[in-house]
Amino acid sequence: MSKIRVSTTVNGDAAEFLCEPTSSLLDVLRDTMGLTGSKEGCGSGDCGACTVVLDGEMVCSCLVLAPEAEGRTIATIEGVAEGSVLHPVQQKFLEHAALQCGFCTPGFIVAAKALLDRNPDPTESEVRYWLAGNLCRCTGYDKIVRAVMAAAAELRQERTPA
Amino acid sequence: MPSTAYHAPGTVEDAVALLAADPTARPLGGGTDLIVQMRAGRLSPGAVIDLKRIGGMSGVHRAGDAFAIGAATPCTALKADAALSAAWPGVVEAANLIGSVQVRNRATMAGNLCNASPAADSVPALVAAGAVCVIAGPSGQREVPVEAIPVSPGKTSLAPGEFVVEIRFPPKPAGGGDAYLRSTPRTEMDIAVVGAGVSIVLDGEGICTAARIALGAVGPTVVLVEDAAAALVGSKLDDDALAAMSQAVQAASNPIDDKRGTVSYRKAMAGVLARRAVLIAASRAGAKA
Ligand SMILES: Cc1cc2nc3c(=O)[nH]c(=O)nc-3n(C[C@H](O)[C@H](O)[C@H](O)COP(=O)(O)OP(=O)(O)OC[C@H]3O[C@@H](n4cnc5c(N)ncnc54)[C@H](O)[C@@H]3O)c2cc1C
Ligand code: FES
Ligand code: FES
Repeated sequence: MSKIRVSTTVNGDAAEFLCEPTSSLLDVLRDTMGLTGSKEGCGSGDCGACTVVLDGEMVCSCLVLAPEAEGRTIATIEGVAEGSVLHPVQQKFLEHAALQCGFCTPGFIVAAKALLDRNPDPTESEVRYWLAGNLCRCTGYDKIVRAVMAAAAELRQERTPA
Repeated sequence: MPSTAYHAPGTVEDAVALLAADPTARPLGGGTDLIVQMRAGRLSPGAVIDLKRIGGMSGVHRAGDAFAIGAATPCTALKADAALSAAWPGVVEAANLIGSVQVRNRATMAGNLCNASPAADSVPALVAAGAVCVIAGPSGQREVPVEAIPVSPGKTSLAPGEFVVEIRFPPKPAGGGDAYLRSTPRTEMDIAVVGAGVSIVLDGEGICTAARIALGAVGPTVVLVEDAAAALVGSKLDDDALAAMSQAVQAASNPIDDKRGTVSYRKAMAGVLARRAVLIAASRAGAKA
């Protein structure tokens, strides 16, 4: 089967790749483009470690066929920080010790940022439901939820003109 | 999966031709069932036909006072449509019980239906609403009720070359309300042990003039329980009518016994959930009457 050429935008830059018809977007990001921040925990949509934002909506990149990305815009964990300046969600994950092994962390951060981008003032229960598709075997979730709430508070302050 | 081709046709006709050319080809909606099954080696289609590039296939459309939902519309887009959410809250809620936000941003109701799992969450709600599928195929288009699509677990009545283009709703009746409830061990990311979809119409006096009650996960396919609906029609949804409805639901339930629920638990829960769903549907009907 011949490979398919796909043109996309990844983290704001035009990107082209060649892929097998049924490669996952996750495999292409990791193995072809070298963007290994997105992780494969399950490959079946259950864990969220592979979460990316596709045309503005967060999805499991393990359940997207790479050719589906033609003409689409993809945002990955690699695009969350601005240069060496961490995004508030990343900063609060550090401050609140919201990670241990770190395998789930890129997925949680991409998902949490997607929530705060549309709702900077979520309730704790909204945060928990939004993150229900992200699994963590280490932290017990509580510190993650606290970090997201703290990041939300910081973003609200940043956005309020002095 | 070495030999699977990927096609993203731009028209319904091209999609039909691609599907008809290879009986093993599969339509691709959100891929949240199809890609999982391909990865697990349970399915290796000759081609995957991505429906999302076909014009008009994504989105909620309105024809007069009736809604039509393009087959490639993800579940979260249903929730974003205020008019659809107001008219058919039960359907929108059912579709938004599926998986996680990540999954719902991809998953479609057409895929939920055509995957033909007995536990598919949106299906009892669609059947209760009286929704129909518009099907495109080699000999043109036809319309069939949603309940005519699944025939057994994993199997549909679609002929080779056919796929669902759109799910159409009847005009929302005055005094109508709907609801869907499921029972799962956890609140998110779980498969229904029982699901109950209800749609009812109440007149100005609060008398039930029409009802549809559909069950998921208690048989090989979704079950439309006409006896349960008949038990409500003509009543004011008093305790006797509700008890008769629950009994009809239990009698129509023929569930499997597995680690997620025993036969007697599933039957009892079907009766309980149907009753609760009727009361929610009634409060919605009343609110708009
Ligand atoms: C983590 C996870 C959690 C889930 N939780 C739930 C849940 O709680 N409840 C639930 O009901 N489901 C659940 N699912 C299953 C799945 O997400 C749903 O069934 C979903 O609605 C499938 O839609 P899709 O568009 O992704 O279908 P696809 O995977 O694209 O397709 C499913 C099947 O239908 C066929 N098909 C798709 N579109 C059409 C069409 N228009 N015409 C004809 N055939 C078509 C495909 O060929 C395939 O055989 C879950 C899945 C995952 C991965
Ligand atoms: S790797 Fe995609 S959801 Fe687990
Ligand atoms: S930190 Fe280890 S899985 Fe979350």
